[in-house]
Amino acid sequence: MLIRTPKSSEIKENQVTDEHVYQNRRQLLKSMGFLGASALLTNQHASASSWFGGGDDETFKTSALEFSQPKHFQSEDVLTPEQKIISHNNFYEFGTGKADPVTNSQSFKVDPWSLTIDGLVEKPITLGYDDLYKGFDLEERIYRLRCVEAWSMVVPWIGFSLADLIKKANPLSSAKYVVFDTLYDPEQMPGQRNRFSGGGIDYPYVEGLRLDEAMHPLTLMSVGLYGKTLPPQNGAPIRLVVPWKYGFKSIKSVVRIRLTDKKPTTTWEQLAANEYGFYANVNPQVDHPRWTQASERRITTGGLFSRNRIATQMFNGYPEVATLYTNMDLRKNY
Amino acid sequence: MGVVVIKFVRITPAHTFWLKVSLHITSLSLLCVTYYQAFTDQLGADPVKAILHFTGIGAFNLLLLSLLISPLAKYCRQGQLVTLRRPIGLYAFTYAASHFSSYLLFELQLEWPLLLSELIKRPYITVGFAALLILSLLTATSTKSIQKRMGRTWQKTHNWVYVASLLVALHYLWSVKSEIIQPIIYALVLLVLLASRKAKFLKPIKSALNKRANKRTKTQQSKKKLA
Repeated sequence: MLIRTPKSSEIKENQVTDEHVYQNRRQLLKSMGFLGASALLTNQHASASSWFGGGDDETFKTSALEFSQPKHFQSEDVLTPEQKIISHNNFYEFGTGKADPVTNSQSFKVDPWSLTIDGLVEKPITLGYDDLYKGFDLEERIYRLRCVEAWSMVVPWIGFSLADLIKKANPLSSAKYVVFDTLYDPEQMPGQRNRFSGGGIDYPYVEGLRLDEAMHPLTLMSVGLYGKTLPPQNGAPIRLVVPWKYGFKSIKSVVRIRLTDKKPTTTWEQLAANEYGFYANVNPQVDHPRWTQASERRITTGGLFSRNRIATQMFNGYPEVATLYTNMDLRKNY
Repeated sequence: MGVVVIKFVRITPAHTFWLKVSLHITSLSLLCVTYYQAFTDQLGADPVKAILHFTGIGAFNLLLLSLLISPLAKYCRQGQLVTLRRPIGLYAFTYAASHFSSYLLFELQLEWPLLLSELIKRPYITVGFAALLILSLLTATSTKSIQKRMGRTWQKTHNWVYVASLLVALHYLWSVKSEIIQPIIYALVLLVLLASRKAKFLKPIKSALNKRANKRTKTQQSKKKLA
């Protein structure tokens, strides 16, 4: 039997931090229960380090896309910097804080992916990961994004019209609504593991549009932003963008698009129907019960002193959609 | 265990002096560093929201800490601790005032009509503002000379901190979209701190009941006498 006597200078086994613990040290610090201010600081730190290469946290790899830039989708608005678009997200599947998604989603797997279009269609379709980029002409479209929380951004999305996708499946004449589901995968999405970490939402996240809204040429299925594929916090690999509606309608990481004849109950309607309606059109005349929607803060560059409060425009400045709602009381159908 | 240890250590004025020094350093430096980051756009994508959360949560933390002092001093028999209550309370007000000023200056960007309509129309802003008014009153009457001049009314006035703390808890709970876990934890901590003052809240009720009971027995006695 070999009896090994360690030298006194040698590090003893119990002095070495277990690698698993070392790798998770940030998570550990957070789970030690620093609430409030300190949580804010650790989040900031984690996101900053992961995006500037300072940390050892894995960063999701995006890749360059090929796309056209149709003139009518370009814009005079000042773009929100990419860094802000990819670090300030509402994606409760990855946590309810604005910096949680970027921190918790970097190892999210998007390939393989499966997006199914079914329901009241003649020809159900399933798209794989590569189909998302190859089957359609990708366009860059600069859209304003107005969050229901009264902040806004200007984002150069890359994607294709949802109408092109739906047409491929040949919708039946009985189809009246389109229902969207986000991926349900609690292993990858910590917010789905229990009701407390995911903001009380009954997952999967569900959104819906009327079929004519879905077929409108502005309605976009986005696969990228700022010239590259989407990072997970922005809804990789494919998400909806409906620029005249509040941001929560633009569902992320979509796995299923179903055509139905019944109006679906959407996730935020389920949570608080008096605050978040099915239509959720941007409307400065209809306030959220708890805050005004008449104006918004546009997030671009600049710190506290940037005077960024601007008037909110009807339909977020896309008046061409007004014909979808003629003879409708938009106060009732908020 | 901390409580047990603290029972055996006598807290002297020298100790509280250093506790106060560390309170000043922590509260002020955190506030300055965070505002500096916000001014220079280094506080996330939306520095306005970040500064509002930081000052709001900071104010609530300090308010809870100030409410912790009395029960702690009483339970551990450390009278000296009570001298910490005033500076902690003043910092709670400082953070709360920064919270409101940031809302007015950076969120609403000095749109006064909007401030007025939000104060009236949004219950969570109304209760938050009411709490700030109470804290301002307490701050204005916080000096020793005013305390002396006010005599008994001073304590009665400063009991309003309990109302303010409940309003703050409500303000926090009503302000969130659906992530209510943290506000609920804060509210529970507050309720525990208030429950530790059960005797204090029950005293006026008891004495009122006693008075009434006394009156009744007296009238009965006088009736007997008359009979």
